[in-house]
Amino acid sequence: MRIADAALGRAAALGAAHAAVRVARMRQGGVLLHDGELRAAQDVTDSGLAVRVRHGGAWGFAAVPEMTPEGAADAAARAVELARCTAGLFGPAAEPAGEPVHRDRTWVSPHRLAPFAVPESQRVALLADWAARLTAAPGVAHAVTKVRMAHEHTFYADLAGSSITQQRVRVHPMAIVMSHDGRTQRTLGPPVARGWEYLLGEAWDWDRELAGLPGLLAGKVAAEPVRPGRYDLVMAPSHLWLTIHESVGHATELDRALGHEVSYAGGTFATPDKLGKLRYGSELMHVTADRTTEHELATAGYDDEGVAAQRWDVVRGGVLCGYQTDRATAGAAGQPRSTGCAYAESARHLPIARLANVSLRPDPDGPDTDALIAGVTDGIYLAGSDSFSIDMQRRQFQFSAQTCLRIRNGRLAGQLRGVAYQADTLSFWRALRAVGGPQTYGSFGADLCGKGQPVQAAAASHGAPAAVFEGIRVVNTGEEDGA
Amino acid sequence: MIQETVERALAFGRPGNHYLAIADETSAAHLRWARNALTSNGSTRTRDLTVVAFAGGAAGVAAGAVSLGGTADDDTLCELVRAAERAAGHAGPAPDAAPLVPAGEADPQWERPPEPVTVDTLRGAAAGLGELLARFRSAGQELYGYTEQRVRTTYLASSTGLRRRHAQPTALADLTARDGDGRSTWHGTSGEQLSDVGLAAAGDRLAERLRWARRRLELPPGRYEVLLSPACVADLMMHVYLAAGATEAEDGGTVFGRPGGGSRIGERLSALPLTLSSDPAEAGMSCAPFVVARSSSGIRSVFDNGIPLARTEWIAGGTLAALVQTRRSAADTGRPLTPEVDNLTLRGPGGAPAADLIAGTRRGLLVNSLWYLRDLDPRRLLLTGVTRDGVYVVQDGEVVGEANNFRFNESPVELLDRVRETGATERTMPREWGDYFTRTAMPTLRVADFAMSAVSDAI
Repeated sequence: MRIADAALGRAAALGAAHAAVRVARMRQGGVLLHDGELRAAQDVTDSGLAVRVRHGGAWGFAAVPEMTPEGAADAAARAVELARCTAGLFGPAAEPAGEPVHRDRTWVSPHRLAPFAVPESQRVALLADWAARLTAAPGVAHAVTKVRMAHEHTFYADLAGSSITQQRVRVHPMAIVMSHDGRTQRTLGPPVARGWEYLLGEAWDWDRELAGLPGLLAGKVAAEPVRPGRYDLVMAPSHLWLTIHESVGHATELDRALGHEVSYAGGTFATPDKLGKLRYGSELMHVTADRTTEHELATAGYDDEGVAAQRWDVVRGGVLCGYQTDRATAGAAGQPRSTGCAYAESARHLPIARLANVSLRPDPDGPDTDALIAGVTDGIYLAGSDSFSIDMQRRQFQFSAQTCLRIRNGRLAGQLRGVAYQADTLSFWRALRAVGGPQTYGSFGADLCGKGQPVQAAAASHGAPAAVFEGIRVVNTGEEDGA
Repeated sequence: MIQETVERALAFGRPGNHYLAIADETSAAHLRWARNALTSNGSTRTRDLTVVAFAGGAAGVAAGAVSLGGTADDDTLCELVRAAERAAGHAGPAPDAAPLVPAGEADPQWERPPEPVTVDTLRGAAAGLGELLARFRSAGQELYGYTEQRVRTTYLASSTGLRRRHAQPTALADLTARDGDGRSTWHGTSGEQLSDVGLAAAGDRLAERLRWARRRLELPPGRYEVLLSPACVADLMMHVYLAAGATEAEDGGTVFGRPGGGSRIGERLSALPLTLSSDPAEAGMSCAPFVVARSSSGIRSVFDNGIPLARTEWIAGGTLAALVQTRRSAADTGRPLTPEVDNLTLRGPGGAPAADLIAGTRRGLLVNSLWYLRDLDPRRLLLTGVTRDGVYVVQDGEVVGEANNFRFNESPVELLDRVRETGATERTMPREWGDYFTRTAMPTLRVADFAMSAVSDAI
């Protein structure tokens, strides 16, 4: 609290109308093995503090490595100096949206084994065991096994009186097998906000997935090239999550809609004038944004501006109905309260609006995946995410998958290769023809999503049921460059 | 003093064992704006310390690296060294093990403090930006962008007595301009100091591009002759450079490996005598003249810290000449030691300005920048991506309008053999790598049969 008092007291004494201090210790690391041999190891702890002020209608932000009252006061003074230095460049802006005071709050993401509490020798031994199992299988030339881990400790306090201490953890294990002709297949187990217990089989059956990996790779080697054309696509949640991330998650960030990311991450077609009117997808499309679900990557007690975690709709009945905001963008849009999406990768980064866990809801009475496939005459089943690319307004995109299986007359045939589907976001979601039930639902996600300048990474989960999209354009990237 | 932190860290090592300590202090200041008004700013100073411990055993030498951001007292430093030792103890023999670099000559810069960037550094840029914002506002146009000054001062020390210091200044400006009719263009520029990036000149260039875009033309997907701007070429060549690790190529996992093992070094990639090179002494793009590796990976080794770097031609006269090597991979492959260097230059036989290439085009597309490039097939380095902020239609030597954006699927390695002409090499900034790798100099390239796969209506 001495640090908070020093920062906030100095900012107030210098005339700041609003001030917030964040103290952060972010530990990230991991190991990577190639054929069971340790190729890379990383263990990085980033500590520091940052002060953000609003002074005379201008913002100022400063970060220093010294986690002391003197460092905090220095950061506050520099933030005010920067606000003064650039005051003439800020335009007239609405006040940031308000938030109730949250005093002396603590939140810890649930986990049993803190990831860094497990000795590196045990981490390496587990991944070496995975590699040994994989390289013993026929058709596997090489195996890469790796894990990324993070443990974040943050303290937030502001002039309004909020003071919040939080801890968040996440882990992301992965195994990749390579065939003798250089094709690859990877595990689909997602990054999650859990501890090391996740690698020991809690919430994901790694033994089963590793056992199946060589067979999927063999299927990919023997796959037939896809014939370009239009197909009905049945998407597993392990694939659909990334399409949601890119075409709905980022498209409904309010800072993009207001133009703040035009020069870097891009804008969005889903501008505020379309709120409540835009037919985003078919009536089956119900998408929520959420920072409250346990073990999901964007879940927290509070965001990095002291706003309590929430859950809300962004698309309901196929119509755009909500945005993800921080306090400044919520204020600019006239919203009374932020949805609580501010996040900063470290103390040296300014909090900006980042993705919540944005998820497509299942149909409570929906069918299982087999029934969805049975309803398709001429299609492709896609599982697992692979290449992804979308334009700067979140419209035209191209995605490919880890595994692509031909569907003929309601039955799965063999694997296809070179499959990538291209679509316009609105055409794609309007082609949503069927949504699976809760039994098909799965949560996946991204732990390294970049945005902002200076660029910073954030993590978010995305859940989805299996779903069917009708008449989507598929190209063959392997033989024809998709041209 | 930061040097004392480094020395104290080494002093906590156990006698007879070897250690490395790498300390970085990074000072930075930035401005960001949208719709002609500032949206954020920042003044940051950070410290990072990496300690690498080496542990010898019967099977070989192991290395363990641990990094800490922030400031550290003696207890923290001691624990950091112990943590590095534990990591080395768990690691097993390092595949990249090699003798540590000896002390060599004393670095006369060693005692200098870290280079600062203060709020004052931004005052000139803020004034220049204010003028530029006013200019675009009065023209009924909107300016979006980001500018930054950063200096990272690195201190590298080892228990062999090695002491090296390097200060790396980096400045950049990234600007997007839009008019009221939905036209958009971009220009990126980088240098060592903010005074190098030239906001006013960037504004002139943006205004010219918006004039080019007054006439809108709709074009279908297909294969086109394109003029790729230096920024586009930089983005594509960055993918080539990042795929140029020797170890991964020898494993057969990249575009530079041969099926069944071995690399493609010596293979002709382009009919034109293109040369892709890196040089720590490149004027205006100078970078650390010695290896700084905070952790080992396929393309860098903590054992190689302090090794002098020299000019390296990755592609020489159109032929693949070298891949990124550690000492171990160089020994294993029998190739010269060619570690990565923090800049990249492409030169071709031509030296004409971009305007001459436009004048020499009967029908083609001038592509201003690329976005969202992602791997489709690492064996070919096949990428997908989209054009962004300017696809200009060139007809009979003149820009006649702006076309829609496209999605493309192309391999920057295969594309080299379809380069028909090169312009003058100029300092540029890869749009997608601007936060990571700015020191690039590239020419405009005329490329035949560029595969535009689909149309994008985005601006």
